[in-house]
Amino acid sequence: MSREGYVNAALIAGLIGVPLWAHVAGEPFTITLATRAVIFALAAVGLNLALGLGGLVSLGHAVFFGIGGYAMGILAFHAQTYTPMFPDWLNIEGTKSMPVIWLVAVVSSALAALVIGLLSLRTSGVYFIMITLAFGQMFYYFAISWRAYGGEDGMSIYLRNSFPGLNTLDPIQFYGLCFVLLCAALWLTARIARAPFGLLLNAARQVPHRVETVGLDGQRAKLVAFVISGAITGLAGALFADLNRFVSPTMFSWHMSGEIMIFVILGGVARLFGPVAGAVLFVAMEHVLGDLWDHWHILLGLLLLGVVLFARGGVIGLLAGKARTHD
Amino acid sequence: MTDPVLEVRGLTKRFGALVVSDAIDLSLNPGEIHALIGPNGAGKTTLIAQVCGMLAPDAGRIRLKGQDVTALPARARARRGLARTFQISALAMEDTVLQNAMLGALGAAATPWRLFRPVLQDAALRATAEAALSRVGLLDKAAVRTAELSHGERRQLEVAVALTLKPAAFVMDEPMAGLGAEGGQKMTALLDQLRHEAPILLVEHDMDAVFALADRISVLVYGRVIASGPPDAIRADAAVREAYLGDAA
Amino acid sequence: MSAILIVEQVLNGLQFGVMLFLMAAGLTLIFGVMGLINLAHGSLYMVGAFVAATVAAATGSFLLALVAAMGAAAMAGALIEMTVIRRLYHTDHLDQVLATFALILVFSEGTRWIFGSFPLYLARPEALAGSLTLPFGIEYPRYRLALIGAGLAVALGLWLLIAKTRIGIRIRAGENDREMIAALGVDIRTLYTFVFALGAALAGLAGALVGAIQSVQVGMGEPVLILAFVVIVIGGIGSIKGAFVGALVVGLTDTLGGIFLPELFKLFMEPASATQVGASLASMAIYLLMAAVLIWRPTGLYGARA
Repeated sequence: MSREGYVNAALIAGLIGVPLWAHVAGEPFTITLATRAVIFALAAVGLNLALGLGGLVSLGHAVFFGIGGYAMGILAFHAQTYTPMFPDWLNIEGTKSMPVIWLVAVVSSALAALVIGLLSLRTSGVYFIMITLAFGQMFYYFAISWRAYGGEDGMSIYLRNSFPGLNTLDPIQFYGLCFVLLCAALWLTARIARAPFGLLLNAARQVPHRVETVGLDGQRAKLVAFVISGAITGLAGALFADLNRFVSPTMFSWHMSGEIMIFVILGGVARLFGPVAGAVLFVAMEHVLGDLWDHWHILLGLLLLGVVLFARGGVIGLLAGKARTHD
Repeated sequence: MTDPVLEVRGLTKRFGALVVSDAIDLSLNPGEIHALIGPNGAGKTTLIAQVCGMLAPDAGRIRLKGQDVTALPARARARRGLARTFQISALAMEDTVLQNAMLGALGAAATPWRLFRPVLQDAALRATAEAALSRVGLLDKAAVRTAELSHGERRQLEVAVALTLKPAAFVMDEPMAGLGAEGGQKMTALLDQLRHEAPILLVEHDMDAVFALADRISVLVYGRVIASGPPDAIRADAAVREAYLGDAA
Repeated sequence: MSAILIVEQVLNGLQFGVMLFLMAAGLTLIFGVMGLINLAHGSLYMVGAFVAATVAAATGSFLLALVAAMGAAAMAGALIEMTVIRRLYHTDHLDQVLATFALILVFSEGTRWIFGSFPLYLARPEALAGSLTLPFGIEYPRYRLALIGAGLAVALGLWLLIAKTRIGIRIRAGENDREMIAALGVDIRTLYTFVFALGAALAGLAGALVGAIQSVQVGMGEPVLILAFVVIVIGGIGSIKGAFVGALVVGLTDTLGGIFLPELFKLFMEPASATQVGASLASMAIYLLMAAVLIWRPTGLYGARA
């Protein structure tokens, strides 16, 4: 096993061991922190597919995080108030079933990613960054002005949604669900990276004109990657809303987009487990430093500057050395 | 006489008032190397860009294997068998040599939308890629990261990627660029063999290589083909001598 | 709806537009010359507003507050250019985004640390208090008129600087050919620091001017920053003219959309839901405009064609 392999294995062991220990020791708050880290990691695994493999610097991934969150919020809101979702002619009711909510979250964020991707991929480089940022802001303001679903205040969901056969109110069981979804997303992105599609995407990032001259469509590959990426981040949004039992426009804010990107970078771009390491580090810092000093964001900013200017590989790069190509 | 594989008729391109391609006629017959030479700024790169579909001409037609491809994008022309190499190597530097060759094989096989099956386990793709690498003498470097190749090896890999397409015609933009004497000889020998697989439209500044390899040479000056014919005729052509050497005609 | 209201709203849109221009001009200049995307531009706007509020409170002079705001923003700009930004010119856009996002975290949290979370208050100058009566009996606040005038004056000054002066020639040369002007012996490091500080000063000025009609608080620069990005995407990155046209278009669309869209929907919907739908759509109007421009011209109105 390579050094990166050991680092990854240690991360997974920690993500299994620490919550289990907390469960036995009766420390539910630690489990909640771990859940938060795992959900952030899932959102960042989504972004990493677009960013690391496709080279798409999306500063608007909060759109998908927010759509996932609102998918949960809206469905659960109608279920808890027993109101139909649409005017009478379309009798759709809300739901408290997680699998249904997840499906809606994934499909709707994938659709949003398709539309945003189609528009944004007409451009590249710095235009792409600004446009994804602007679309993020558009959703943010839309959510603020949408009073039916809480407007600026957001909305609270009083019960956690259900999953067949599990008691989702038990922190460790909910954590387990989130962890399994994270592993599934990691497995999926690892497969994609090694598949023909991954090879194509990887080359489209590095040498777009070469891809065209061997008869392949690099732009479409980037669009597909963007859609899958948005769908994964959307799923994370639905889980995040369930963890907090609350959704608000801040899930759409560009700080959220920036933070998802920070998870990827702190851990190491284009490393399979980079987003996981980054999200864990972020949540740990938030908890430890946040307790010590209200203004811990100053330290976060300085750390991020340090990583960008001096430690390009992020945490995994520091621990595992230079990136190796997939084989 | 057999029909040309690649045929250009009346190709014209203007940038504002500047005519960069002026009613160019060219053809590429099976088994031949057709060299395109001319001083810097003669419009060779623009011509190649139009032939390969990176740039749309203002007028004229381009036919590949008898089919009109003038309106098709680069991607579609590549799928119909037009393989180009770049003057400045266009390779995925972070990837291995094999992965670069596989990309070409993937283009030829047209299965890039498989999301799951590991590409390096695809025996057919791998065989195509390895055969091409072996042709250019890079098989033993298959697992090396492309960034670690020497300049000459990158030029060879450029050709290998084109080979994986199993093309009907090659368009090569200065394959000798930056090669030393030894590398140049190796490349010359390689191209000499390749012409039997598919004819080559060769843009090249290395005149030794051009006169050693070419069956026909066309000379491009200010966007116009001023002479076209076998090497000996070109060497003796008065207009060519004037353009290159400033000889009085 | 009266004609007076319409004129008022157009003036509001213009005022918003010229302030956006002050932000967008700096951003587009910095991108054009150095190839850098600077997310921390909004922080310099915030620095301008806070310094203006502090100086105005201490001295009572609005003019002094403006000068101090520009000076402080320019100094902050020069400082971050020399310590951080300079290392980013040759890196990819991802690094630039991350490093300047990191700067936002430091600036915003640092400001909160020093000034606390409560908004500061910046009083308008006495001389510009009250309203002016325009032709047709339109009453319009003097201060907002002064903002329009100041914005247009800065736009003119910037155009003169770039088109007519020696330093302007160097800036334009820097956009076209970095190696060349370095080869000609122009000190490119100093030029870059100057351009960055100039952009920062404009942002600081905008922050101070707008600070007197809004509250001065942490995070105030970010919505403006993102709107300024929309402006440059519409106008074309690197083009000052594009920034000007784009800023006015965005300023007018945003202001007029917020007023007229709800009215428009009232024509065929019940008032309550018309207000709701109109407001939602108005909040999205400029982004829809941006999307439309992108479909029509992917590099913006005045951007270089790819």
